Amino acid sequence: MSANAMTLDNVQVSDRTWLETLHGWLTTVDHKRIGILYVLYALFFIVVAGTEAILIRIQLMYPHNNFVSPQVFNRLFTMHGTTMIFYVAIPVLFGFANYLVPLMIGARDMAFPRLNAFSFWLTALSGFLLYFSLLGGSGLYGAGSAPDISWWAYAPLAAKAFSPGHSSDYWTISVLLGGFGTVATAINLIATILCMRCPGMKLTRMPLLAWLNLTMSGMVLIVVTPLSAAQIMLLIDRYLGGHFFDTQAGGSAVLWMHFFWIFGHPEVYVLIIPCFAFMSEIVPVFSRKPIFGYPVMVAATVIIAFVSLSVWAHHMFSVGMNSYANSFFTITSMVVGIPTGIKIFNWVGTMWGGKIQFKVPMLFCIGFLFQFLIAGLTGIMLASAPFDWQLSYSYFVVAHFHYVIVGGILFALFGAFYYWYPKVTGRMLSEKLGKWHFWLFVLGFHMCFDVMHFPGLLGMPRRIYTYEPGRGWDTMNFIITIGAFIQGIAILIFVWNLIISYFKGAKAGNDPWDAWTLEWSTSSPPPAYNFATIPVVASRRPLWDLKHPEDPDFRYD
Amino acid sequence: MSAMTTAFPGTPIDWRLPYRGRVAMAGLIIGESAIFTIFVVAYLFYMGKSLAGPTPREVLEVPIFFTICLLSSSLTIHFAVRSLERSRRGAFLGLWVLTIILGSLFLYGTGREWHRLIYERGLTISTNLFGTTYYSLVGLHAFHVTVGLIMLSIAAILALAGRVGADQSHRVDVLAMYWHFVDAVWVVVFTVVYVVGR
Repeated sequence: MSANAMTLDNVQVSDRTWLETLHGWLTTVDHKRIGILYVLYALFFIVVAGTEAILIRIQLMYPHNNFVSPQVFNRLFTMHGTTMIFYVAIPVLFGFANYLVPLMIGARDMAFPRLNAFSFWLTALSGFLLYFSLLGGSGLYGAGSAPDISWWAYAPLAAKAFSPGHSSDYWTISVLLGGFGTVATAINLIATILCMRCPGMKLTRMPLLAWLNLTMSGMVLIVVTPLSAAQIMLLIDRYLGGHFFDTQAGGSAVLWMHFFWIFGHPEVYVLIIPCFAFMSEIVPVFSRKPIFGYPVMVAATVIIAFVSLSVWAHHMFSVGMNSYANSFFTITSMVVGIPTGIKIFNWVGTMWGGKIQFKVPMLFCIGFLFQFLIAGLTGIMLASAPFDWQLSYSYFVVAHFHYVIVGGILFALFGAFYYWYPKVTGRMLSEKLGKWHFWLFVLGFHMCFDVMHFPGLLGMPRRIYTYEPGRGWDTMNFIITIGAFIQGIAILIFVWNLIISYFKGAKAGNDPWDAWTLEWSTSSPPPAYNFATIPVVASRRPLWDLKHPEDPDFRYD
Repeated sequence: MSAMTTAFPGTPIDWRLPYRGRVAMAGLIIGESAIFTIFVVAYLFYMGKSLAGPTPREVLEVPIFFTICLLSSSLTIHFAVRSLERSRRGAFLGLWVLTIILGSLFLYGTGREWHRLIYERGLTISTNLFGTTYYSLVGLHAFHVTVGLIMLSIAAILALAGRVGADQSHRVDVLAMYWHFVDAVWVVVFTVVYVVGR
């Protein structure tokens, strides 16, 4: 068959003016364009929140530093955390899901294209609303201020008495709106995956990326909604004089913690499961082997999703719970390690005996494997209540979750960028710049976050704006900041690579990696209709069957 | 891609997947259930923890009649959809409008109760913990009833315009799913607020 069989050659799109192009992008309901919008939106905010991180690190570079004031420092870590979780991690992962899921299951669009556009614009509005607080935080009469209540917004910090003005309202409403957008996209993904698969694609033949995004979306439904409910309660407290989290009227500050972490912990799995999905697509292709243990991977994912719903209070050991609660949440938190270990074992099993190609996507995936393992190990340490009593609210915790989010989620995401960029733009990302990006980022990451564990062990609390000299933290904090700068430079190389390769990268063709899932059967970038004819599949690797008619997969199914 | 369709053996002849509307509504219902769960947990957690009166036992009256109205509207909407499936459009419209009337009656009941509580008993959302949790939970449910009534009314207007036929019954059925959910939530809210909490 010809390489272009998936596209209609004689469809011509007339030239458009820039205004028409802009109008097209703003009103689009095409899942691919919305996916790209999500990713660009997240890239914008990763630069914003990354800059905030750099400012935080400059402040902590030396003891008694006066780079920013304590008030500004509080705002910086609040905005950094909120932005990175709600306006970087979720949008970028939903962007990839939006772009890839319909292509991989052989559909022409999502189940509800207009709802899809609505979710994106709701998310976009919520992100800009958060940053509008810089202008409108104190109302029209005074200078603005950003939220400074940390991304947990623990009571009573978020109460009207302790957070006057509107900065916390902007935070609450933007998180609430973003939550609605997130839930709508999750519903859309579920409907797409369950109702739009091409003929022959049974659930047991679906690419793992679709399976894992289905699991993630199911989690979003029952994980993000409690946060929305808690935000509604906070709004009732702040605007209508309610007493949900008002301890002076008998309310409970601890209830907010529970509600927040019922969202907060599973949210980490909402973010990491799509990254598992990237791993499960990229590792087999660059090992030249099918994924090892497909059904076990699916089962492990679903088990992680279930177990992760009952671990939230391990964030609250130091708040003081009874010994039964402590034991329960210690055990459940440790149990998560088992299915996660199975996954790591399966990726290693996929690589075992394969002809591994060390292209940039694979480099990032291998980085993910090691770093995610270490992040999981410190996670098991912190899951133990007595250990957590010592190190809760310390830099050890900060190091642990940045190891998960940067060393795990971000590395897998970079791998996904290098892997699917050719499909989205039709051009390859530069391998040379990519290797610079990878090695610099690895160096900066380990300088920053390996070292960060130790000030935590030595007792450095998180969220302090400065510290006394001579406690053994000085040199370490200096190294951490240098590491942060190196990561910043690596990110700039990455962004430069994204831009330069768009214009000058090598032409990718339909299938630059010799891969096996359906998105590689259509042109790069895919046409608006994705597939001229809806494909029919007979195995988990439809393109392998197509390329190897003498030995197709479906013989062994 | 004709090459692909012929390349594989056993092209499935009968390839049916669930209707996306039902799946999406099921997803919405799961998400909404989580929201209501959090509010119900808050209600149960704060039961009897108010530092000042009035208490539920002093002021709440069990809204039996309006509960019967709402629960029976589940039956009427069910038979409305069945009628539409059998192309009995007159019966559909009648039952559908009856559903809207029953739902509106319920909403009127909630409004009357709130009016009594606020103006006669002096219980507002900021009076005490009971007020905060009561108005939030019942209000959240009433909000969902209102949204449901708006959607049912839009469908009724379309039906009056003659644009809802048997071929639309699967869409109407999605609305009915939502309405059943709203009714089921009331069973929980009723139990928590008027039976357990009183």
